[in-house]
Amino acid sequence: MNTPCIARIQVSRNNTEKTKMQRLKTRRTIGKVLTSIFIAIIMIGLSYVILSPLIGIVSNSFMTINDYYNPVVYLIPIHPTMDNFTTAWEQLSCPASILYTLVYSAVIMLIQTFICSFVGYGFARFKFPGCNVLFALVILTFVVPVQTFMVPLYMQFRDFDFLGIFHLFTGGGIDLLNTPVPIILLSLTGSGLRSGLFIYIFRQFFRGLPQEIESAAFIDGAGPLYTFFVIMLPNAGSAIITVLLFSFVWQYNDVFYASLFMNSSNLLPLQISTLSSKVSDVLSIKDPNQAALYVHAGITLTIIPLIVIYLCLQRHFMESVDRSGIVG
Amino acid sequence: MTLEGRQKATGLIFIAPWVIGFITFFAYDFVQTIIFSFNKLSIKSSGGYTLQYIGISNFDNALHQSADYVETLTNSMGPILIDIPLIIFFSLFIAVLLNRKFKGRALMRALFFLPVIMACPAITEAISDNMQNLLGGISNAAAAEASSTQTTSGLDIQAITMVLTDYGIPDQIVTYLVDAVSRIYEIVRNSGVQIIVFLAALQAIPGSMYEVAEIEGATKYETFWKITFPLVSPLILTNVIYTIVDLYSQSDVITLEQTTAFSQMNFGLSAAMCLISSLVICMIIGLCGYFISRKVFYQA
Repeated sequence: MNTPCIARIQVSRNNTEKTKMQRLKTRRTIGKVLTSIFIAIIMIGLSYVILSPLIGIVSNSFMTINDYYNPVVYLIPIHPTMDNFTTAWEQLSCPASILYTLVYSAVIMLIQTFICSFVGYGFARFKFPGCNVLFALVILTFVVPVQTFMVPLYMQFRDFDFLGIFHLFTGGGIDLLNTPVPIILLSLTGSGLRSGLFIYIFRQFFRGLPQEIESAAFIDGAGPLYTFFVIMLPNAGSAIITVLLFSFVWQYNDVFYASLFMNSSNLLPLQISTLSSKVSDVLSIKDPNQAALYVHAGITLTIIPLIVIYLCLQRHFMESVDRSGIVG
Repeated sequence: MTLEGRQKATGLIFIAPWVIGFITFFAYDFVQTIIFSFNKLSIKSSGGYTLQYIGISNFDNALHQSADYVETLTNSMGPILIDIPLIIFFSLFIAVLLNRKFKGRALMRALFFLPVIMACPAITEAISDNMQNLLGGISNAAAAEASSTQTTSGLDIQAITMVLTDYGIPDQIVTYLVDAVSRIYEIVRNSGVQIIVFLAALQAIPGSMYEVAEIEGATKYETFWKITFPLVSPLILTNVIYTIVDLYSQSDVITLEQTTAFSQMNFGLSAAMCLISSLVICMIIGLCGYFISRKVFYQA
């Protein structure tokens, strides 16, 4: 009868359509698999590029000089030693250096975050004459390299004389170099390390918050300072975390202001740059590779606090940058 | 006072710390730099300094007589200009990759930000110092590139170079390849902040746009260029400016200016050098900013 034939033809047509769908699906999955492999290769390659110096430095810190010269030893030393660490520890004047650098960076971080949030809020919410021009100047302070004024800045703090007040008392300014005062003053006035960027971040963030909150606060009788401290700041969590992390890391790693204002203090970045010559002079190490091992141990010591902080805060940080409203 | 007046006053109070800082440090010091550049500065032992007017002799010195300045300036600007598009494209590419869902995505995001955490110039200096001691001085630019890359990237450039030259590949191509490879490391190292900014921008794009595109039948290629790229373009301008500033602050010009000022005690010359290079950088930033702004797509 016809029905079975037609049924068979329909079934076979359905079959070819099914295989066509299957072929399309397999092609898509092959495409997806290839893309994943491609992405995996790129990611692994780039991870190697990023991690290999770090791994090299850390593994060198544990090696004796014999292991270093041993061609068979690649990353894992045969006789691991803490000798490099103890020498670097002494030469870097740890733990004083580490503690001092951490406290120094933390204090500046707090000052900068607070002041930049303050100023950023002012730019975001209030319209006063010249607010656009002034904000363009803020961007300018970030764009124009601070090295342009390093000479006058140095001179200014060598002989600090605010508005001529000290001149009246002592007939000369006070020498503020080699104290933390210059950088604290700079941060207090929103001119610290990359402060322009932080002010920009806070301004973008505060602009993104709805204005109804402040109107409600105003109706309820809150003054502007109260509004700022009690209402806006707690909402600014993500921007604050972003700026905290950036300013801590940049301050910790900073060599420019450190060498300009605090040249004879024991800040870690400065100590590291002189460690290699210190090691070869003080300990009379003739072999530059041996000196290199000590320097690597010193570098590991310097990086450890940063990595610990980063690992702890990293998840918060990634989310914060997303929500901090830098974007639009 | 009217409400508006009170608002304006409050605004000025909020930005007052910054205004004080700007006038005391930025504006004042900028004027001082200009003054210093026209003078010869000598430091008095009592803590002050004396100025002696010498006209444009500092500028003349920097541009015509100084052995290093012009060369260092052009040698630094070149790599900066080449690196900028590379860094921007690379970070956009990585941000797009990191925006997809795959296993270990959080780890990869953390990893790409690591160079920013470890960006201590002292560390890079210490490493390259060591390498220089080891090689007994640097004889040519390629060896210098090779030595600084070897310690900081784990690639054995010298072995690769030897293999390539053994195969008969001409020296110039080998130098070019070595240069390109060392550049990869530099680009990856300098892209951390840009990747984060682009990631934030990508995540701000509403998913509904992609859904609409898919329904309308757009290919992945079209989706990227018609949707993702325009919505991310304002951040391209931000990133370009940030990259220029960041790269310049690491360049050799800065070190030269610092050594002129503090090792050679020639403050006037250093001020002149700083002014010239800042002018060059501002011009570069202005030009880039202008051309990119014209192409940026701003949402209504």
